[in-house]
Amino acid sequence: MDYIQNTPQDTAAMLKSIGAGSIDELFSPIPADLRLKRPLDLPPALSEQELFAHLQSLAVRNRTFDAGRCFLGAGAYNHFIPAVVDALFSRGEFLSAYTPYQAEASQGTLQHIFEFQSMMCELTGMDVATASHYDGATALQEAVAMSIDHTERKKVVISSGVNPQYRSVVRSLFKQLGATIVEVAHVRGVTPVGTLKEAAEGAACIVVQNPNFLGGVEDLSGMAQAAHAVGALAVASVNPMSLALLKPPGECGCDIAVGEAQPLGIEMGFGGPWCGFIAARKEHIRGLPGRIVGETVDLDGKRGFVLTLQAREQHIRREKASSNICTNQALMALRATIYLETLGPGGLRRVAETSVRRTHELSAKLAQVEGVYIAYKAPYFHEVVIELPHPPQTLERLLEKGFLGGLYLQPYYRDLRDHVLMCCTERNTSADIDAFVQGVREAIK
Amino acid sequence: MKTIFEKSHPGRSTSYFPEPSAAEAPIASLLPGSALRAKPPSLPEISELGIVRHFTELSHRMFSIDGNFYPLGSCTMKYNPKVNEKIAVLPGFAKVHPLQPAVSIQGILEVMWSLERMLAEISGMDAVTLQPAAGAQGELTALLVAAAYFRDRGERRTKVLIPDSAHGTNPATATLAGCRTVSVKSNKRGGVDLEDLKAKLSARTAALMITNPSTLGLFEEEIKAVADLVHQAGAFIYMDGANMNAIQGRARPGDFGIDVMHFNLHKTFSTPHGGGGPGSGPVACKKFLEPYLPLPRLRREGDVFSFDGAHPKSIGKVKSFWGNVGMHVRAYTYIRYHGPEGIRRNAEHAVLNANYLLSKLKKHFKVAYDRTCMHEFVLDGTPLFKKTGVRTLDVAKRLLDYNFHPPTIYFPLIVHEALMIEPTETEGRETLDAFAEALIQIAEEAKTDPKKVQTAPHTMPVRRLNEVKAAKEPNVRWCTPCDPPPPPRIDEGESGGTAPPV
Repeated sequence: MDYIQNTPQDTAAMLKSIGAGSIDELFSPIPADLRLKRPLDLPPALSEQELFAHLQSLAVRNRTFDAGRCFLGAGAYNHFIPAVVDALFSRGEFLSAYTPYQAEASQGTLQHIFEFQSMMCELTGMDVATASHYDGATALQEAVAMSIDHTERKKVVISSGVNPQYRSVVRSLFKQLGATIVEVAHVRGVTPVGTLKEAAEGAACIVVQNPNFLGGVEDLSGMAQAAHAVGALAVASVNPMSLALLKPPGECGCDIAVGEAQPLGIEMGFGGPWCGFIAARKEHIRGLPGRIVGETVDLDGKRGFVLTLQAREQHIRREKASSNICTNQALMALRATIYLETLGPGGLRRVAETSVRRTHELSAKLAQVEGVYIAYKAPYFHEVVIELPHPPQTLERLLEKGFLGGLYLQPYYRDLRDHVLMCCTERNTSADIDAFVQGVREAIK
Repeated sequence: MKTIFEKSHPGRSTSYFPEPSAAEAPIASLLPGSALRAKPPSLPEISELGIVRHFTELSHRMFSIDGNFYPLGSCTMKYNPKVNEKIAVLPGFAKVHPLQPAVSIQGILEVMWSLERMLAEISGMDAVTLQPAAGAQGELTALLVAAAYFRDRGERRTKVLIPDSAHGTNPATATLAGCRTVSVKSNKRGGVDLEDLKAKLSARTAALMITNPSTLGLFEEEIKAVADLVHQAGAFIYMDGANMNAIQGRARPGDFGIDVMHFNLHKTFSTPHGGGGPGSGPVACKKFLEPYLPLPRLRREGDVFSFDGAHPKSIGKVKSFWGNVGMHVRAYTYIRYHGPEGIRRNAEHAVLNANYLLSKLKKHFKVAYDRTCMHEFVLDGTPLFKKTGVRTLDVAKRLLDYNFHPPTIYFPLIVHEALMIEPTETEGRETLDAFAEALIQIAEEAKTDPKKVQTAPHTMPVRRLNEVKAAKEPNVRWCTPCDPPPPPRIDEGESGGTAPPV
């Protein structure tokens, strides 16, 4: 099976035009002893009918919990996605275009990226934003690299409230580059600004996540002051949905805001493809990694959009580029753009408020169950740490009852032995919460 | 066309959520006032129909494979099968949380495990990680793996050799990984200059990064000798797999001496390019490098699949979770549809189409390296420029008026006025003929009416754009909130012919 259009007659005529006797002859530049002399050992071809049946049989072996029975967040959020997002996203023009290098024939792509950048700036309170990145973790890695370049220092202070996956991605690269990474431990669910201050001397940046991985609301302004006091940059990793309500990092004095746009209309999809973003203050625009779309005019003075400031990028500057990034996540940024524009300020606010309210409703109801406690007193957004007996078994029993019950924290935070991170979104109704709390009650017996 | 912000109409929106009950707790009682934003973000307010019209109009203002021949060299713009999209959105793939317990996601783990095995077979490698999100991240992963390997052996190797025809990501990646890059010259036939390679290899060399077939569309005839030299120096040889489409099923990097490489699933295995991403850049390597691959590894015991995080020598994670899994599902679907025969035929017809197009064009244009090409070839627009003053950029822009997406231009850097053409296997002969005729006609126009070519395009929604202005006065966001609103314009004529106020 294949999608090739050439018939045997076409092939013969084309070979004749080339002056070759056979297709094999076209492969003569590959030395004979290096050619593969057997068929690849791959499973046999399937017709589309068989293919669909096969993939469907694999798909149904994955359990889905999308009807309000998912209480697991931890960096991947189960929000409702209006039908219009999928309908527009799946247009072949968007799917099958490539990088808008030919601006005149790519105004559609360039404009939707410009709108994405604009809204990321608006949400984060920043002046400039890029066209998107692989994901939130690599966006953070890039922001740390920007800070190291900007300050010419090689020390990074990072809160343990930053998503453990993000910290791990940052470590993989900067360990190799010989940077010092200082982790500041959270205390009862939030990062103590005093400890950040003590650790900040000589740092390129301080990194804090808000809301943090444990759901807690952090003091971004305090963190930014601590960073600026020693000439470091303040980097905030944020959930863009939360910025419908929370004070934007730009207003808190942060220099760079990064994050993951998955909560904005992107399917959880087992973790990707998603969409990282980076927004920053104006003065960092020439240090930003990756593609940026800018507004300009054409020969007639008519408005148009282009990829701009490309002198920062690998295809121009090669070894002196600000990053090696080549692609962005244009298609996923498109989803986030359609989602935000569809919901508008009121819709996004509704999502954020409902997520916060349901999470507080969940924790209040769980706290009524004997042996179950809310772990921390600090304010939290739409995730909360719950202490309960025997988390692994409890979560397993909840799974049997059809609930994705949350994340057992001990593998990520050694001392959180009885702690589970739970999350609600607008999809968890009060009825779902009551059923879940009942499930927890039975599971811990 | 207006931006969405100019179409915003306060109070106009569609509701997607149930109304909150009056008894709901006020947000101010749940979150501290100091943490809240003073004014809501200024997002556009548009009806659903308004949204549909906006994005439909945007989609009409761009070229795509679905709409146009798109011979963008080195990008492998082949047809993206519709069945892949239908499968990728099945709830069992699209609506799965990345931290679900392994027992609840056996289907998706089987897809990923099988894709790893299939990529290993296609490349002749031993182990594969699917985690890197794109080719450039695959390159970085490979160099981090190399660094970890040498650190483990107590060797200090920090130089990376890169042929002068390489993609810009190669040197940028080497720098990002903390290495120094050393450029290696190409010889007269477009291959690696062995003498120059020998001179530049040293006990400090970590790796040679090579693209094979090269960015010139040529198979590196002396690849075996190149690999031997690199191995004798104690370094290893990394292959940028951007051009795997030309050789899949006909030759395997693992068989010609490559130690580690990346795939571009969005090129070879036709996952959608999406206007510039997402990509997916799995890394394949030989056995001796496997312990250093990113965490976690996929494991199969009997018929049970799981993640395995117990690899102390691993470089750690390079991306959240497990990679661009939606792209893994599509690539798996694509390979299963094709089977071994179909995969090989893809390479054969990609090479056939490229050589056919070359045969039609070489009487009219200078060919940078006149050899049998693989999946792409490079024309040199210098003679045309000297004769007519028309540059490759102008030719590219004029192609838009013929409804063809231009080839990659001004790359590789070693060819002046380069036009790098990759037709892919999914195009038919009529399309290739029409494209060749268009290029030939443009070359003719360059002689008879150069102005017309130099001021092209003439039929696009916008004419040539002022890139200097864009870079000099960067305006990268819509700015009504930060500036006074612009005066109303009634002459724009885009809202269906606005009547002047009475």
